[in-house]
Amino acid sequence: MAVTKAEVQHIALLSRLAISEEESERYAQQLSEILDYAAQLNRLDTAGVEPTFHAVPLVNVFREDIQGTPIPLEAALSNSARAKGSFFEVPKVADGS
Amino acid sequence: MPEFEPVIGLEVHTELNTASKVFCDDPTVFGAEPNTQVSPISLGLPGVLPVLNRAAFEKALKTAIALGCEIPERTTFDRKHYYYPDLPKNYQISQQYEPLGTKGAVDIHLKDGSTKTIRINNIHLEEDAGKLIHPDTPAARGLSWVDLNRAGMPLLEIVTEPDIDTLEELEVFMQTLRSILRYLDVSDCKMQEGSLRFELNLSMRPVGAKELGTKTEVKNVGSIKAVLRAARYEIKRQSELLEAGERVIQETRLWDDDRGETRSMRSKEVAKDYRYFPDPDLPAVRISADWMGRIRAELPELEDAKRRRFVAEYGIPEYDAGVLATDRALADYFETCCRMHASPKAFSNWIMVELLRELQNREMEIEDCPLTAPRLAELVRMVEQGTISNNIAKDVLKEVMETNESPARIVESKGLSQVSDEAALLAVVHEVIAANPGPAQDVREGKEKALGFLMGQVMRKTQGKANPGVCKALLERELGSG
Repeated sequence: MAVTKAEVQHIALLSRLAISEEESERYAQQLSEILDYAAQLNRLDTAGVEPTFHAVPLVNVFREDIQGTPIPLEAALSNSARAKGSFFEVPKVADGS
Repeated sequence: MPEFEPVIGLEVHTELNTASKVFCDDPTVFGAEPNTQVSPISLGLPGVLPVLNRAAFEKALKTAIALGCEIPERTTFDRKHYYYPDLPKNYQISQQYEPLGTKGAVDIHLKDGSTKTIRINNIHLEEDAGKLIHPDTPAARGLSWVDLNRAGMPLLEIVTEPDIDTLEELEVFMQTLRSILRYLDVSDCKMQEGSLRFELNLSMRPVGAKELGTKTEVKNVGSIKAVLRAARYEIKRQSELLEAGERVIQETRLWDDDRGETRSMRSKEVAKDYRYFPDPDLPAVRISADWMGRIRAELPELEDAKRRRFVAEYGIPEYDAGVLATDRALADYFETCCRMHASPKAFSNWIMVELLRELQNREMEIEDCPLTAPRLAELVRMVEQGTISNNIAKDVLKEVMETNESPARIVESKGLSQVSDEAALLAVVHEVIAANPGPAQDVREGKEKALGFLMGQVMRKTQGKANPGVCKALLERELGSG
């Protein structure tokens, strides 16, 4: 299951990660090894087995539509790298607008 | 040179009108101070567990049933991954593999009297993202501000098949769907607050061709009007490309409402690679026949059924019934009036002509209108009993809108009651005849037109308060005509 360098770079782009050429190569090899290991599961015959969407056999878990108390603004912003007034402040991601 | 025709599909996002968010209990009030309706779940902090809001799910289910969707026995939630600051946990909870409803339909009625069915591909429940603000100050260059109040609001996505062929169909479809959502009371559909949003998928093909052309997806369109403008723009842009022998590129474009144009988003940033997988935090929902039955029993009468009933029950014209039934609140208003006073045609006239114009001029919703249904009933009753004339009633209506007073009080305090007393009116009639010998003579000679002129003079002298029937009879008697 060889993961290519191009795939690693694509995933890095989707994840907004800047990685070097050297890293792309290293991760491609590491990810390939991980996938090969997991691929051992493919040896099992799973014909006729329903896909498992959840590990726990629960259905219809709901909460009622009742408002709780939001956390204070200071607490909401406390973990952010930067804040401005009531806003989180982040580097602008160009989106054409 | 072949002629080209558009093929249009829509993705409709509507925020459901629940009290709390879809997977956590933050309030959903619009316009609150940024980041004050948030919790560890909507902030995407680690270690939290989303739990589905029953009311949000039932509103979504109700919509899927009302739109005639096939409802599966089981529906599940998936993670849709993308990295953007409006989505702090880097994935949106949505439904990709087992959506709530598939294969629905919306019937739309066109101007030429025909009906067309727009198929719904699927309906699914998801969470809304936060809002980004791009401040325009030098100090904030290169920065964005994030408000996560909207993050986690329940959002219903309705995806149509590419069945829309004209701008008229596009407009009527959007209006019809909005009406249905409002009738169902699942969303307030306030476009200015972003609770109803559209994404347009549009391609062109030679007239008569079966195959679809290359489509573009237009995002960021904020109102029905803007969707129509964006569609008109894309039709023109794509037609010009094709006529020049060039190709349309499959891409996402952004609508710029100020400039009235769409423009390309760089493909790198919109790479559609969401890596969906089932969300392990959220168990599946099983929809029993019993549950479906309960929701189905709660479905209100929708626009089409209401329009037919209005014609049958109140004997008003098809056209009137169509206007009144477009909006649930308006239809309820009409029926309340009719329950208080049995003059359906009078009410439909007053509502369609005077009331809707006043509401439009004031950009007001019927729910907020000072002329409540009981007040309109009172006004119409006064006209029918001869207390005030039709023209005075129009002034009273405007006055109610201005002052929020009852019609009876306005009529009383302004002395607008109609004068029907013969003795009082006879004096005015004599005055008018004496002052207008020419027209009076014409009436004696049987010229009907002149009678109208004299009537107008009497009305003027009485500030419109004279009872027209009594006046006419007096004039005719005094001038020996009629």
